[in-house]
Amino acid sequence: MSGTLTIDDQTIPFSDGQTIIEAARTAGVYIPHLCHRPGYTPHGSCKLCTVKVNGRTCSACTFPAAEGQKVVNNSEELQEARLRITQMLFVEGNHFCPTCEKSGNCELQAVGYHLNMLDNHFPHFYAHRKVDASHPDILIDHNRCIFCNLCVRASRESDGKDVFGIAGRGIHKRLIVNSPTGQLKDSNISVEDCAVQVCPTGAILVKRTGYKTPIGGRIYDQHPISTIACKKRETDAT
Amino acid sequence: MKTFLETVLAEADYQPVRLLKILRAVQAHYRHIPETAIDILTDKLNIPRTQIIAVVEFYSFLHSTPQGRYDILFSDSITDRMQNKESLLSYAAETLKVKVGEVRKDELVSLNNTSCTGMCDQGPAGLINGYPLPRLDRPKIDTIAALIEQETPLIDWPAELFQVEETLYKPGLLLTQPFSNGDAIKATFNRGLTETLAEVDLSNLRGRGGAGFKTALKWRTCAVQAATPRYVICNADEGEPGTFKDRMLLNLYADQVFEGMTLCAAIIGSTQGLVYLRAEYLFLYEKLQKILQNRRDQGLLGSNILGQAGFDFDIEIRMGAGAYICGEASAQIESLEGKPGIPRTKPPNSVICGYLRKPTVVDNVETFFATTHIAIKGGQWFADVGTPQSTGSKLLSISGDCARPGIYEYPFGTRISEILSDCGAEEVMGVQIGGPSGTFISNRELERTLAFEDLSSAGSFMVFNKTRNIFDIVQNFTEFFAHESCGFCAPCRVGTSLLKNQLNKIIDGHGSAVDMEKLSEICLIVKNFSHCGLGETAANPILTTLASYPELYVEQLKRSGFSPGFNLDATLAIARHLTQRDDSGAHLSQQVEN
Repeated sequence: MSGTLTIDDQTIPFSDGQTIIEAARTAGVYIPHLCHRPGYTPHGSCKLCTVKVNGRTCSACTFPAAEGQKVVNNSEELQEARLRITQMLFVEGNHFCPTCEKSGNCELQAVGYHLNMLDNHFPHFYAHRKVDASHPDILIDHNRCIFCNLCVRASRESDGKDVFGIAGRGIHKRLIVNSPTGQLKDSNISVEDCAVQVCPTGAILVKRTGYKTPIGGRIYDQHPISTIACKKRETDAT
Repeated sequence: MKTFLETVLAEADYQPVRLLKILRAVQAHYRHIPETAIDILTDKLNIPRTQIIAVVEFYSFLHSTPQGRYDILFSDSITDRMQNKESLLSYAAETLKVKVGEVRKDELVSLNNTSCTGMCDQGPAGLINGYPLPRLDRPKIDTIAALIEQETPLIDWPAELFQVEETLYKPGLLLTQPFSNGDAIKATFNRGLTETLAEVDLSNLRGRGGAGFKTALKWRTCAVQAATPRYVICNADEGEPGTFKDRMLLNLYADQVFEGMTLCAAIIGSTQGLVYLRAEYLFLYEKLQKILQNRRDQGLLGSNILGQAGFDFDIEIRMGAGAYICGEASAQIESLEGKPGIPRTKPPNSVICGYLRKPTVVDNVETFFATTHIAIKGGQWFADVGTPQSTGSKLLSISGDCARPGIYEYPFGTRISEILSDCGAEEVMGVQIGGPSGTFISNRELERTLAFEDLSSAGSFMVFNKTRNIFDIVQNFTEFFAHESCGFCAPCRVGTSLLKNQLNKIIDGHGSAVDMEKLSEICLIVKNFSHCGLGETAANPILTTLASYPELYVEQLKRSGFSPGFNLDATLAIARHLTQRDDSGAHLSQQVEN
């Protein structure tokens, strides 16, 4: 089965089983998101992809596309809320773009630019978080984790491992590693794993590669995320 | 440890879905979940250790570091605070020589706060090693402290320390019905399953857990699913602060609740029922197990129930481990599967894809209790009471500023003023209906009615008189949601904590007009963009009091337009600690009044 739906008055087709965000992406319509990646089980936690479907608030990454749906995506109200949610992610962790080697390749930063984010708006939490530099090739900077769960899913669904998990509750959430010591060096991760590549922020980094591409020549330095996210990317699962 | 774990695992049939049961047993034995236990369980249950750690960190009653041999928790509901809980807690800390939130050096005792324990009618209340200590006062703290210092086992403590009273001030439609075991099952089979479901339909019964979904529709939807097996889950996790009516039902009317589950099983075609009992009601566990055994002995559970060939059904009780969010049906299902209680994404609904991804009916204790009597008396009998949209009666747990806190049963449509007069409330400032996630109404709105179409409530009814400070209430509720947010989605995880801090800034007198705007803005993001009902309602305490008492908020604001985003003096705390100074020169004032 397939059919059409409208997003902000643009009619787009969808095929059976597609979510709204996937139908939109196929049609080249960008719906902001951070926890979604084509091919991985939808998560619906960042809530940036919130749209109105026939007047009802839904996450576009989890909600099934259906015939005749009227989807509002690019309204002032939704963009404003997405900006605020992005700012919430910034103040929750410790994100300092100028000193982060992911700058320019970072989806969180790129979404911030897309939403015209000019400040953090909310007071910072200044959370005390650690860095796990134990692994010879991979670094985890917990300060930059936004709990999108992508590394958890990528490890399980693409790598056939179970390297990551999310523990804790509420504001005390934390990314944990499946190893006897809790350290990355004692896990069965390898640098080629999808789980390492998929991180939308600078939380999981491959060591000694950060400045291979100079700032200015990086993904989102060249093109806004609204165009990049509609194309197939290397880190997509399908 | 291996031998102990083997016993625990055997009792849980080596099933990963019973992870909470296993971890509760480990916690009870070792006072925490040791690393070595996690290693063994990972191996024996064949689940990732990250899942075990995630569960340990998610539930308030599981710990990764040892708690005291006597682990005391004080219920931190607003009604406990109104009954001097704060000063009693300080007294307990002083008497037991332990700081709140810490374990004493000799590991004999630990002391902390916990979310509402469901004893608001007999507060201030506490828990010791999971068992309730209602009606605490200083003499009782003295007694408890002495027993602890003598290291007297809990089993030898005076029973009255643990005595939970069930006070029914106003039994109504359901609580006054005569009942003998098997009545509802016999009535169901005599009438026919389809016909009984039609009676439930006719009754127009709506779920008593708060959402008000039509029960017959839920059961019918489940019954027509092709997938099997199907499950019946009784949600006995009433975590909403101020509610305790399910405690009373399970304590005094458990047979009628189990019978409701049994007839639901007959109608939807289920063989397996689960009761998700909140951790705070551990004291009911043994009693309920005995009742279940008694029902098996009477042929009311097990195979060929009451001689009906092929009707097999049994009920297992699973304990929670301290997480308000597990009252949400899909989070509860996750918890029952041995995972952190994170609400699932819908669609699909639990009725279609529930426990172990099979069709599942999750209903509240009170809902099953009501269906038992509907099965006996018929749907019309029930529908004749209440309002057209809210039929039947509602059990209320009344607490707070009133002469007679306890259980009341009212027909829907009853005015709030009548309820207040019955429970002996005077000089009322306002009432919190449906708990923190519900609605605060001021004394100008007391002619409103109890009904889904006006003021709906899962059962919590907290009364506040004119001596109370509205901000104490809002602050307590807002802290509660920040503490209980599961943290899955960004708006609720970050937003509830932002709300807590922003509200505190205003209450502490550091807020400006801009801060009020920010407070309202965060409220709307959390309310409109969160993943589940917790986030959707977490801002209600602020939003509803702001609507009733805007002038009180404005009075809290500073006159100046500018207000720093952080507290200068508090920021110096680390420097003071490092230099071991606390004189006036080590403090800075940022109060610039004009």
